Amino acid sequence: MDFNQFIIMKHELLLTITVMVLLVAELTINDKKRIIPIAISLFGLHTALGFFWNESGALFGGMYQTSELIILMKNILNIGVFIVLLQSANWLRKPENFNKISEYFILLFSTLIGMNFMISSGEFLMFYLGLELATIPMAALVAYNTFNQKSAEAGVKLILSAAFSSGIMLFGISLFYGQFGSTYFQQLSMISMDTPLAILALIFFLSGLSFKISLVPFHLWTADVYEGAPVNITSYLSVISKGAAVFILTILLFTIFRTMVEVWTNIIYIIAILTMTIGNLFAIRQQNIKRFLAFSSIAQAGFILLGIIGTSSLGMATVIYFMLIYIFSNLGAFGVVSVISDYSGKENIDDYNGLYHSNPKLSLVMMLSLFSLAGIPPIAGFFGKFFLFTAAAEQGYYWLVLIAVINATISLYYYLIVVKAMFINKNDTPIAKIKSDNYARFALVICVVGIFIIGFFGSLFEYINHLSFGI
Amino acid sequence: MDILTSLILIPVLTVLALLFCKELKNIRVIAAVGMTIQLLQAIRLVFIYMAERASGNDSEMILKKSYQWFESINIQYAVGVDGISVLMILLTGIIIFTGIFTSWKMEYLTKEFFISLIVLATGVFGFFISLDLFTLFLFYELAVLPMYLLIGIWGTGKKEYAAMKLTLMLMGGSALLLVGLLGIYFNSAPDGGQLTFNILEIAKVTIPIEAQRFFFPLTFIGFGVLGALFPFHTWSPDGHASAPTAVSMLHAGVLMKLGGYGAFRVAMYLMPEAANEMAWIFIILTSTSVIYGALGAIVQTDLKYINAYSSVSHCGLVLFAVLMMNQTAFDGAILQMLSHGLMTALFFALIGMIYERTGTRDIKKMGGLMKVMPFLAVAYVIAGFASLGLPGLSGFVAEMTIFVGAFQNEDTFHRIVTIIAVSSIVVTAVYILRVVGKILLGPMIDEKHSLISDAVWHEKIPIFVLLFTIIAMGIAPLWMSDIIWESLGPIVDKLVMLTN
Repeated sequence: MDFNQFIIMKHELLLTITVMVLLVAELTINDKKRIIPIAISLFGLHTALGFFWNESGALFGGMYQTSELIILMKNILNIGVFIVLLQSANWLRKPENFNKISEYFILLFSTLIGMNFMISSGEFLMFYLGLELATIPMAALVAYNTFNQKSAEAGVKLILSAAFSSGIMLFGISLFYGQFGSTYFQQLSMISMDTPLAILALIFFLSGLSFKISLVPFHLWTADVYEGAPVNITSYLSVISKGAAVFILTILLFTIFRTMVEVWTNIIYIIAILTMTIGNLFAIRQQNIKRFLAFSSIAQAGFILLGIIGTSSLGMATVIYFMLIYIFSNLGAFGVVSVISDYSGKENIDDYNGLYHSNPKLSLVMMLSLFSLAGIPPIAGFFGKFFLFTAAAEQGYYWLVLIAVINATISLYYYLIVVKAMFINKNDTPIAKIKSDNYARFALVICVVGIFIIGFFGSLFEYINHLSFGI
Repeated sequence: MDILTSLILIPVLTVLALLFCKELKNIRVIAAVGMTIQLLQAIRLVFIYMAERASGNDSEMILKKSYQWFESINIQYAVGVDGISVLMILLTGIIIFTGIFTSWKMEYLTKEFFISLIVLATGVFGFFISLDLFTLFLFYELAVLPMYLLIGIWGTGKKEYAAMKLTLMLMGGSALLLVGLLGIYFNSAPDGGQLTFNILEIAKVTIPIEAQRFFFPLTFIGFGVLGALFPFHTWSPDGHASAPTAVSMLHAGVLMKLGGYGAFRVAMYLMPEAANEMAWIFIILTSTSVIYGALGAIVQTDLKYINAYSSVSHCGLVLFAVLMMNQTAFDGAILQMLSHGLMTALFFALIGMIYERTGTRDIKKMGGLMKVMPFLAVAYVIAGFASLGLPGLSGFVAEMTIFVGAFQNEDTFHRIVTIIAVSSIVVTAVYILRVVGKILLGPMIDEKHSLISDAVWHEKIPIFVLLFTIIAMGIAPLWMSDIIWESLGPIVDKLVMLTN
């Protein structure tokens, strides 16, 4: 193994090194709070290094593969994780989390390693390994507030549903293996998989993956887990975890399942409609802001499927572009929720009444993020959604696009409910003026700058589209 | 810096300046200065346009500029204007300028109010200069959303309900529109070749008729929702009635014109075959709008509701005229947009001022106001006369042209709907004269009203400007009509040639 091969795996290796450094730091540093800046700056370094020395290639006989597109996906996830870390700094400094600060980082980075392996996998076993590595520490993170019953319950729910979905997925994988005698994507993509058994296998496999992205009808765990988990873990789950799963789903559908395109477009078509509609309808009814964002993120996943159903390089590009925007918008919203829940402990939409009068800046960030999620110009979310719809329309799915845009209008309704609470509703006892910490502020600034400028730089989309070409 | 882009940049810079401004006084001054510059630019644009035409430039759009934005989907930032859009920009300039002055006394969250108002105006200006369907759509949505905050925060009455209803209905309309625009895009190169969002490029090709049949109704209704097309007009009365004065002015005056303009310039111009086929359905709907709006105005007692229903009727007339498929009617449609924009803005401004003084908008609780506020009352009477189409004022010019155009269609169907639409003039006269007689003349009903004072300087500015333009348009409509007439050429070529 020469140096070049290390470079190919740099994302995973650097993260592993970071985790090890943190383990040592945990042993040697007495003041645990000092771990926070160390961990965040190490991860910042890792994020920055991710943009340099990009080498594509395959390792271990094709079990691990990477390309510029995959590196881009990992970088997008890194940026998201970096923002999540900044947002969690203040929460970690609380006395009850004092003794488990380094655990937080180590577990979080482990899941990220898993996701990186998953995206880079060239083979089903590797994929499965990455997936599990991404899931199991996640359950520990969800149950991070050990003494909070809801948090513990959420952890158990996550691990049980994850185990169940993994089982289904493994069954699908084993059917593929039994039929075609290979687990390598490279070889499978050459075989014309048109047998009924392969279709059955595909359905099992898709169901398992749908759990991870929380597509309807496999979404039932989402709201409870999102509500129970600490805010920052919720944002990590709804953005990073989901993002990684969407990326690998897109890659797999576009490469090895290319020969079954007629089968899976039908499945995705129905799932997309269900996911958007049900996610939206449930979001309308929510009172808890975390559950609200959970259902909104389910609906957003439905929109993403429109890019996947585009089945072209344009579709691929729009999915990645949308995820990039989604990271900034959703983390902007979660950032505000996390600041408010840290300082006031309030998590209901009603509590946000009159927020603009006491905390104008936080309210503005929240409004911009929600508008971006709703797809209002000139904020980036508009471009993301428009392109997703374009990708679907390119294949002639005009009815699907129509249903999607009507759903986007419905989603606007509940986003406006939060805006209304903050700007219009009167409140005698609004949340007091919050002086947020520098980390959180920095994170929110990144999000706002992101959602404002991404849309105006056409070259960014062109770059993604260029990389997606030919996949 | 080309003048068209500056029309977007000036409001954007004004908004940025407002963001960093703290004192109430400065906020108003910055907003007023920004929008005055904007109005001057709009006037300058008219002169530049006329000079270009006089020097023999007869291309469809002038001052064209385009920059590549998203290359792979061929989205461009493409701008350009013809006579119609130049006049619409002038109208927008006048109304946002007067709107700023009518909101001079706004005290609750002043900065936020002006920012939202100017963002809305930015969207409208951007819409009228866009040649690219993507940017057109972007600006369209940008113009709609600030309405939610403007009505929800600064409105009166059932403001939250009205704001939500308006936003969702308009966004629902733009949902249909989005599908329509994507459909146009993917059919913009039926013989192969580069797909495009550019209106001028698409106008050169013929979109396959099957596609037109699907996408024309979507696009037309999408724009029609904003143009108060029956039965999608229900947002309009509630929205206008709850909105603060300047917002009602801008919304009824300009925003509803986006609907008419878009239906004409995008839906009909780009898909003429389907437009011809389906015109009858929409003619029935629009003539319903015209008569329904007028009848609705009769039974209302709230001044703003009266005017809102009257807007439904007048904007219905715009859509009615564009469906009549001849140059005279098109000319009338554009004139009606301008005339109604000015007139309704004046109405809403006056209603706002009356409401500020009397504390009520119920016509049953007012009377004899002419004695205490002669200036406002006279302005109201003139606006009313313009609305019912008195010769010498703008309304007459517009409606006359529309009906002359409509009568050029000789078949029975067109005759009948035209007669129905014409009869709305009578109904208009009824509700206008009723209001004027009730609140301005007659005995004073509420004794407290005798203490009312007349308009002050920042109220007189908008009223003078609007009155001047209404009268000017009524007395000398020809220069405007000529500008419109020659710009209609390419559109008429595409639409009318088909019918013959």
